[in-house]
Amino acid sequence: MLTSFLKRGAITAVAFAALSTAAFAQVNELKIMAPAAPGGGWDGTARSMQQALTGAGIVKSVQVNNVTGAGGTIGLAQLIGAKGQGDQLMVNGFVMVGAILLNKSPVNLSQTTPIARLTAEAEVIVVPTESPLKTAKDLAEKLKADPAKVTWAGGSAGGTDHILAALFAQAVGADAKKINYIPFSGGGEALAAMLGGRVTAGVSGYGEFEGQIKAGKLRVLAVSSGKRLENAPDAPTLKEQGIDLELLNWRSVVAPPGLSAEQTKALIDTVEKMVKSKEWQEILKARGWDDSYLAGAEFDSFLKNEIERVSKVMHEVGLVK
Amino acid sequence: MDTLLSLLHGFTVAFEPAKLLFCLIGVFLGTAVGVLPGIGPALTVALLLPVTFKLDPGGSLIMFAGIYYGGMYGGSTTAILLNAPGESASLATALEGSKMAKAGRGGPALATSAIGSFVAGLIATIGLAFLAPWLVEVAVKFGPWDYFALMIVAFVTVSATFGDSPLRGLTSLFLGIALGLIGIDKLTGQARLTFGVPELLNGVEVTTLAVGLFAVGEAFYVASKRFRDPEEIIPIKGSLWMTKEDWKRSWAPWLRGTAFGFPIGALPAGGAEVPTFLSYSTEKKLCKYPGEFGKGAIEGVAGPEAANNASAAGTLVPLLTLGLPTSATAAIMLAGFQQYGLNPGPLLFAEKPDLVWGLIASLFIANVMLVILNLPLVGLWVRLLAIPQPWLYAGILVFATMGTLAVNGSPVELTMLFAFGFIGYLMRRYDYPVAPMVVGLILGPMAEAQLRRALQISLGDPMILLENPISATLLGIAFIALVAPFVMKGLNRFKASED
Repeated sequence: MLTSFLKRGAITAVAFAALSTAAFAQVNELKIMAPAAPGGGWDGTARSMQQALTGAGIVKSVQVNNVTGAGGTIGLAQLIGAKGQGDQLMVNGFVMVGAILLNKSPVNLSQTTPIARLTAEAEVIVVPTESPLKTAKDLAEKLKADPAKVTWAGGSAGGTDHILAALFAQAVGADAKKINYIPFSGGGEALAAMLGGRVTAGVSGYGEFEGQIKAGKLRVLAVSSGKRLENAPDAPTLKEQGIDLELLNWRSVVAPPGLSAEQTKALIDTVEKMVKSKEWQEILKARGWDDSYLAGAEFDSFLKNEIERVSKVMHEVGLVK
Repeated sequence: MDTLLSLLHGFTVAFEPAKLLFCLIGVFLGTAVGVLPGIGPALTVALLLPVTFKLDPGGSLIMFAGIYYGGMYGGSTTAILLNAPGESASLATALEGSKMAKAGRGGPALATSAIGSFVAGLIATIGLAFLAPWLVEVAVKFGPWDYFALMIVAFVTVSATFGDSPLRGLTSLFLGIALGLIGIDKLTGQARLTFGVPELLNGVEVTTLAVGLFAVGEAFYVASKRFRDPEEIIPIKGSLWMTKEDWKRSWAPWLRGTAFGFPIGALPAGGAEVPTFLSYSTEKKLCKYPGEFGKGAIEGVAGPEAANNASAAGTLVPLLTLGLPTSATAAIMLAGFQQYGLNPGPLLFAEKPDLVWGLIASLFIANVMLVILNLPLVGLWVRLLAIPQPWLYAGILVFATMGTLAVNGSPVELTMLFAFGFIGYLMRRYDYPVAPMVVGLILGPMAEAQLRRALQISLGDPMILLENPISATLLGIAFIALVAPFVMKGLNRFKASED
């Protein structure tokens, strides 16, 4: 047992030595952590990356593991513990920024090495077709009159949907602290509440409401992206309606802290190759994800801005004290 | 008539050899993961998603549905034989099923659950084919106040699991509700009772509590009295199969279980647990041999197991007609649909009739395959019970530990499992029923979230619970169920004093 362990250690050491003397940065083995249960968005991203990276022959072997719990912060803590290991990536996204604050997590995203933003999905604000509200302006007026009387249905407390509702209230000059946001578990229940006409407005990713929007049961008041969506060209953006707010539910990958400049570059190169591969572009199309690749220093500053923005609004709404 | 034609057309799709093969693989995998600890249908489908990416959509979806149905069949096996419910929906099955297994009636218990699942699956799939569009209209009308009222009905019926002493039952129930408070509050996102342990933020896993209290607790208890007062396990007594008497006592619970399971499963937030509890308590009330409940009554296995499977078919109603996923497996199946660029919802039936009706038809086929696959296994499974007791319980401990680690591989989770095991031991030692505690953990958080949502929508007005016809009716039923026994007792006393 011990000798085989030692032997394996020796082989690994030799392999590492060989690797580090290689002329250009190359990642041969990669572990991608999805800090959530199988089946969710982060897990889907991790497994799609695995598919594209191995399919395009960029990395020989890719392992995906799931670390569940506490909005991904348990996985985050594990990643931060893996200091200096340049063969690991963790999928994360906008939701984790809020979860870190909400859970008073002892670790945070600024402790990781940011690699790249991969995808983004626009949020939509919808109402049941029978609703008297026709535009985002109408909703804004109602909200200004009495924020408590506008009931919002969406996903978990402190998640993207909740933050969009709060930012919307702020942007139109209503008291964000008073918004009556009702979190539902998963898109399904929120959708049922919308269809039953029990809430004023619903917030979610476009994909979750798409079927009902196309069937004419829900009306889109606004999309949260900067531009109109390709598959819903009739739905206006918030900005077009004079509300200065843009929000995307993005997903990205980060690496453990304490990486050397070469290690970081190797990971960024690997991800960039993947993003440009035919395999990845096919997956994006099949899954309906928008490519929003952003890497290096630009992604760094983007991430910092998002953390600041989310933290500010969460304090104002009273989610974080 | 249109529906019938579409369904027949669906069968022509489902009977293609490739589709039959996918269906067979699905039910086989489903049964296997249902029996294995820790990995359930949701996880299996999630792991298969990327593999099936390039396969034919119809075939893969048929396979996923087979896994879903198969998992429901397999889940009851461990509940009955090892008293280790692998999923919260098998909890009610474990109550009577494990008692039957110990009394040498493991064969009939497994058989009634397999055949009950078949009957329920068949009826519920017919319901799915013919009633889905209508049922979903009703289901969407269910508001948070209605769910809250449904939870109250379920709470009232929990007393069926109390055993002899209501006080001890209530103590156990409230312990469970208290455990349910642990974790992030769903409505405000604030952490409650987590004491700075991040693993507790997601709350206490129902299966960890159930397996801890049921399986681990029992193993400790049996070990503690092995030399003083050994408990006897009879591997097989009487027939391995269901006797005529068993059939007679099973058919009505199967039908009643289906009647609870299918509609409640179709509700967006109905779930599989509530109908199994309702079925269990109904069977206990209606049983001609009430003394047998708690000692292994076949009705207590037949009803909840049928309810469990019918609810699985029920969850497909909102999934196919509205694209609403109402269980973990359904959520992942939705991801499966989306992987092929299909959006379940009102348009799917019109746009892809081959696929939808092929899928529904294949559910019938999966059901037949499952009962054929499972019945011969009964003979094999019951042999487990012939294993000498120390070995069997050691095996159960290993099985429970492995399952917990597979679901959530953290030291905190494992500590919780054994802490609950020790609590389970103490409760057995001092004669407290353990089932109400698990029920409290399941129902408590659901009831709380629904009540608070209802009040948020009504802007704080509690009258909303009585103003809506469905919730008012359900609360009325709960009230009658609560008060009736006392009134009856009073009347009897009154009559007695008159005589």
